[in-house]
Amino acid sequence: MDSRFGRAWLIAGYAFLYMPILTLIVFSFNDSKMVTLWGGFTFKWYEAIISDRAVLEALVLSLKIALMTATASVVLGTMAAFALVHYNSFPGRTAFAAHLNAPLVMPEVITGISLLLFFVTLERALGWPERGMMTIWAGHTSIGMAFATVVIQSRLLEMDKSLVEAAKDLGCKPFQVFYLVTLPLISQALMSAWLLTFTISLDDVVVSAFLSGPGSTTLPMLILSRARLGLDPTINAIATITVTVVAVFVVAGSIWMFRREKRNAAEQAAAFHDAQVAG
Amino acid sequence: MSQPTQRFARSLFGGWGRRSVIGAPYLFLVAMITIPFLVVVKLSVSESDGIRFADVVAVADGALTIKLKFSNYVFLTSDDLYLATYLSSIKFAAINTLICLLIGYPFAYFMARSPAAMRPALLMLVSLPFWTSFLLRVYAWRGLLDDNGIINGFMVWLGIVDEPLKMMRTSFSMTVGMVYTYLPFMILPLYATLSKMDLRLLEAAKDLGAGPLKAFWLITVPLSKNGIIAGSMLVFIPSVGEYVIPELLGGSSTLMIGRVLWDEFFANNDWPMASSVAVTMVLLILLPLAIFNRYQAKNVAGRN
Repeated sequence: MDSRFGRAWLIAGYAFLYMPILTLIVFSFNDSKMVTLWGGFTFKWYEAIISDRAVLEALVLSLKIALMTATASVVLGTMAAFALVHYNSFPGRTAFAAHLNAPLVMPEVITGISLLLFFVTLERALGWPERGMMTIWAGHTSIGMAFATVVIQSRLLEMDKSLVEAAKDLGCKPFQVFYLVTLPLISQALMSAWLLTFTISLDDVVVSAFLSGPGSTTLPMLILSRARLGLDPTINAIATITVTVVAVFVVAGSIWMFRREKRNAAEQAAAFHDAQVAG
Repeated sequence: MSQPTQRFARSLFGGWGRRSVIGAPYLFLVAMITIPFLVVVKLSVSESDGIRFADVVAVADGALTIKLKFSNYVFLTSDDLYLATYLSSIKFAAINTLICLLIGYPFAYFMARSPAAMRPALLMLVSLPFWTSFLLRVYAWRGLLDDNGIINGFMVWLGIVDEPLKMMRTSFSMTVGMVYTYLPFMILPLYATLSKMDLRLLEAAKDLGAGPLKAFWLITVPLSKNGIIAGSMLVFIPSVGEYVIPELLGGSSTLMIGRVLWDEFFANNDWPMASSVAVTMVLLILLPLAIFNRYQAKNVAGRN
């Protein structure tokens, strides 16, 4: 097919994906309260959010929940992925897989409302749990573990199983094999799963809104309540900071992973070469 | 999976170890997905007393009575507003899926056929917006599409239009927001299947006399079927229940069931009604959900 047409299609597509983000960033430095008219350069919206206690408290809460969610999701996701890859038959395996796929596509309002009603029922029966940070964490983890499982599962599937066999033949105990061979080989996947679930949690607004209690407002909930009222330049400033932080992390992470992969491949090739020379 | 690996897995996590590796995530899923959904189903058929709700099963006068109330569902099916909202949610989700496919398929195709050295960067550029806040990206469109927004300002300045166009809070602005949000979900699975395709098949088709369009239609499209199905389901199912986009970009004419459910719950405090809306929504997406599950199972089996 015409490569010029293809290039134009790609450029238009990327413009569509990035134009809104670019305008958000540009207008965060706009001196006019009217978000759409340029009134000169300013940092005042950044000053406004730095002294905004509500924003800072919401950010701290969101970060706490995201840290806990990512960690719990990776632990549960590793177990689930291991179960799916290494145990071909156990009772309820199909239902297990279906349960893991559901949160990937389920509309968030459904997840939110069902978890809320469940927690309310529990609270009435047992006096526990109180709605707040912990209930939001539980809700985010139920979504996060599904995503973590997908990432870790695909890595486990493409893992070279002869390495595990070799370690066993050389006298490793099963747990040594897991820690010395499997874990280092899937460490990249664990890392991406952790980052992915961290951002999913940091980003979520619907499930958080259903599961939050008094005094537990996350940053996205705060943003949504301000965005409902209309255009607000402080939101642009928050957006610019998030985009910058995320871009730096994702680009640095990708470069780091790419280098590591190259180094691993080189080490494996060298080891293979040595073995051939010795044999 | 090979026999030795299975043996390895059994020796590593046999007995109790194996039971806990499967059991811990399984228990968590049942507690966080199955039971909560059963609670919703139960609540949707129970008597409502304002914000509180009566038990479905009660022991009265020494006899076990089960009181089921289907009036919520009767109301749902007889009320024009709900029916119209369900239909309109499906319509918007279907339009969204179709547009994402029409834009995303050529996009993924050209990505997969671009020089190999460029592909990792192109891929990263598609997934990068996915890492930044979805809420903020939707909000950005308000600044673009507003009556005094950037696009209107630009068009008036260029003299294309005299008066600003009314784009915000219409089905147009909502569709733009949905396509924008869900496009990467369509592109990524499509790219995954298209980049794995064996290009020699196209050469063979060419040698056998097929033109490029015919080869595309008879070889590329059928081979990317899995990607088309996965992408479409990943876009369609969540868009049916979308809340944030209709709330920020939709108007009074863009009825979406997720928003109605939210209002029923937070504004009207009618929990049984909200529950029956939710149960009906799940019934609605059950079929696409089953298709998605089947595809996922196939996809994993194919790689295993």
